[in-house]
Amino acid sequence: MGGTHGTETTAGPVLGPVSPEETGATGEAGGNPEAMAAVTRAVRAVLPANAVVSDRIELRTYECDGLAHYRVTPALVVLPQTTEQLAAVVRACAEHGVPFVARGSGTGLSGGALPRADGVLVVTSRMRTIHEIRPADQRAVVDPGVLNLDVTHAATPTGYYYAPDPSSQQICSIGGNLAENSGGAHCLKYGFTTNHVLGAEFVTPQGEVVQLGGLAPDAPGYDLLGAVVGSEGTLGIATRAVVKLTRLPQEVRTLLAGFASTDDAGAATSAIIGAGIVPAAIEMMDALAIEAAEAATHCDYPAGAGAVLVVELDGPAVEVEHEFAQVERTCREHGAFALRVATDATERALIWKGRKSAFAAVGRISPDYIVQDGVIPRTALPGVLRAIAELSASSGVRVANVFHAGDGNLHPLVLFDDAVEGAGKAAEEVSGAILDLCIGSGGSITGEHGVGIDKAAYMPKMFSDEDLDTMQLVRCAFDPDGIANPGKVFPTPRLCGEVPGKKRGAPHPLVAAGKAEAF
Amino acid sequence: MTALGTDLGAARSALTSACGDVADATEADAVDGVQPALVARPASTPEVAEVLRAAAAHGLAVVPRGRGTKLTWGRPPERADLVVDLSRLAAVLDHAAGDLIVEAQAGTPLADVQRTVAAAGQRLALDGTVEGATVGGTLATNASGPSRVGVGTARDLLIGVTVVRADGVVARAGGRVVKNVAGYDLGKLVIGSFGTLAVVTEAVFRLHPLPAARRVVTAPFDRPEEAQRLVQQVVQAQVVPSAVEVDWPAGGPGSVSVLLEGIEAGVEGRTATTRQLLGPDAAASPDPPAGWARYPWADGPGRPTALKATFALSGLARVLATARSAAADAGTAIDLRGSGGAGVLYGALPADADAAAVAAVVERLRAVCTRAGGALVVLDAPPQVEAAVDTWGPVPALDLMRRVKERFDPERRLAPGRFVGGL
Repeated sequence: MGGTHGTETTAGPVLGPVSPEETGATGEAGGNPEAMAAVTRAVRAVLPANAVVSDRIELRTYECDGLAHYRVTPALVVLPQTTEQLAAVVRACAEHGVPFVARGSGTGLSGGALPRADGVLVVTSRMRTIHEIRPADQRAVVDPGVLNLDVTHAATPTGYYYAPDPSSQQICSIGGNLAENSGGAHCLKYGFTTNHVLGAEFVTPQGEVVQLGGLAPDAPGYDLLGAVVGSEGTLGIATRAVVKLTRLPQEVRTLLAGFASTDDAGAATSAIIGAGIVPAAIEMMDALAIEAAEAATHCDYPAGAGAVLVVELDGPAVEVEHEFAQVERTCREHGAFALRVATDATERALIWKGRKSAFAAVGRISPDYIVQDGVIPRTALPGVLRAIAELSASSGVRVANVFHAGDGNLHPLVLFDDAVEGAGKAAEEVSGAILDLCIGSGGSITGEHGVGIDKAAYMPKMFSDEDLDTMQLVRCAFDPDGIANPGKVFPTPRLCGEVPGKKRGAPHPLVAAGKAEAF
Repeated sequence: MTALGTDLGAARSALTSACGDVADATEADAVDGVQPALVARPASTPEVAEVLRAAAAHGLAVVPRGRGTKLTWGRPPERADLVVDLSRLAAVLDHAAGDLIVEAQAGTPLADVQRTVAAAGQRLALDGTVEGATVGGTLATNASGPSRVGVGTARDLLIGVTVVRADGVVARAGGRVVKNVAGYDLGKLVIGSFGTLAVVTEAVFRLHPLPAARRVVTAPFDRPEEAQRLVQQVVQAQVVPSAVEVDWPAGGPGSVSVLLEGIEAGVEGRTATTRQLLGPDAAASPDPPAGWARYPWADGPGRPTALKATFALSGLARVLATARSAAADAGTAIDLRGSGGAGVLYGALPADADAAAVAAVVERLRAVCTRAGGALVVLDAPPQVEAAVDTWGPVPALDLMRRVKERFDPERRLAPGRFVGGL
């Protein structure tokens, strides 16, 4: 596999109407020195010396995640090796009111693991034990720092694998996947992280260790795990996960089809889905994305193609063979002028190489770019692609399109050169307008990268105040003091107030200063 | 404390101006033996919001109801002043066939949803395990059937939800696209919450194509170890079962049934393979056996005790064996049926079984399920049994669940006491 979602820099300006610094979302350095000193003392008492980082230079190596244009140096970094150590760190934070941010491998693309200048960055990368592979139960029990692909590697000898496959799967961690509800090219058929995490050991923002779910499904009580998965570290930190293992498919076949236009490729996609076929993946790239991939990886995609589709089918051999023939026929009927079929792993890797390296490859044709992650109903694809093309034409900002066509998850790459005056701002406007198109078509501002710090400002475009207030009820139940990754996901800091419904006498200083809403 | 004793008239008039369809409750409206005073039948999400605001203003305890098919599940509520009947919210709002999604109101019978989407060759892969069950009731109880082995349960299918909170605020989460990670997934929280967090009024689901062909292969077993061996044979093979059901009626021999779906050519081959896996006594049929997607208590007389046992797959034999021997030791009998391929079994004990006998079975079975990484819940039981058993059993993270309940329903007016830990 080539480049991944998480390894390249997405340089560019701050998205959204308000930069995080202005909202206070990342805290102020040296904000509360006494509390920080107390937490540092408490942490040093329970963690080995090499698990606590406070040196200014070393701290800077943690200043961003995969969304590198936001950078904040954390006040302290800790690398616990056990649940007990991690819980002790969180307890110290809770006791002194110090915010903490969890980080796995730091590959996230929405700044979900962007540190707080006044807080502790809790890194789970040293919690890396695969505790159990249980093929008879179709489960694995792993630490949060275990790499996604390592679960599959450990399970493969037993005939199983871990299905969610974000492009960064070689380096991203299960804990980070759980926090972000990570997807991947194959979630069209297999679902997202939330469909594959059955249980977790979880540290609440008070530092309590609780069990959510387990080996068996349908644990009695509220499905707190369902709320935690995808909550981007704002409800606490998972310290162990029970994940579902999926039987390795008997047969996998991959097709690369070249089309004259994205309209043709999109029509082929609709026809495949409309025929009742559920492919493991359907990916599309447009001409500009193909050009970039060619330049970077010489993937040998069909010359002159206005769009390519990568369609992968997996499952029982007879079904795959039958449906594959149907897919080939459908592609031809919709104007595919070149078809290439992979039947073994090497050929498959070659076809995927261009697609998987697309983000990084764009660096070959543009010095800077913004990756978007909007979602639209699949049937809106032709209209939205045309609208993006019009946006691009009218603004002069180039947009390369790479996306999961099967589930309508677009990854437009908005290209610009930051050295050119005003180019960043123009790109940012196009990027925002694309999100507006997604929302307008009944879609979402993020399909798999998360809201993080990057899209928090867009949440009110997708959700009403009442929706966001209701989500905030969950936040307040878990984290009434607002110390778990504050400033992420939600646009405005909100204070929780007492339960039930008591009002404090004097307004909170943040409310008085107009920086937060009481809730 | 109910506000109704003193101010029933005022509450009624507030509710009437909220939705216009408010009536005195009859005995038929009782919620697991608890008699409410009023029934409101709002016809839209805004009306549900108005009703809940009126209920909040008058301090009424509220129990949401679909068609009332599972209203005795869980504990009886501590109080129930008002039943919010959602049967007038019965529309399939949108079926976007090209996007494989459907949006339906909470009071819509699942069967109506299935009829609508079947016209486009699609299905909502949630089994209607109880005749007449609605979208909302299915979500509230997290009901599921055999299809869970192939496609999962409500939590894997619900992609958007509209709820009305106890204070009458309308909130939405998720959306109309399958792939979406914006904001907290409130849908997960309301699934299986028994109406204690909010009233679901609308739901959006992902759909699946209807298979062109289906076949069921059934094989008998007489010992629990044999059942587990057969189930493991199937799930470890490459036959991609849509369902793996185990049926073990009290006293009789058991059977393992495997549902295979797909295109004709593929199903034919996998049927042959499955027959080989299940041994010489295995037989194939185009239709599922009797009792498919029905709980084992469905045909019992009276109100049997209904159990739900969950466990890691490798615990199947122990759960089967323990259930039967515990029932025999207690002088009663248990019918067992469920998704052996997913680690879920349902048990039925006779309506006239002695409460102490049921309690003994619950205790032993719960211990085995817990050791196997799962739990045992008493979904339903006659009043004397409900009084004698721990319905929900020990629940980890209960304190956190209580905090969630306190935030959503600080006055404890939504189905109070029906859920785990008295929530």
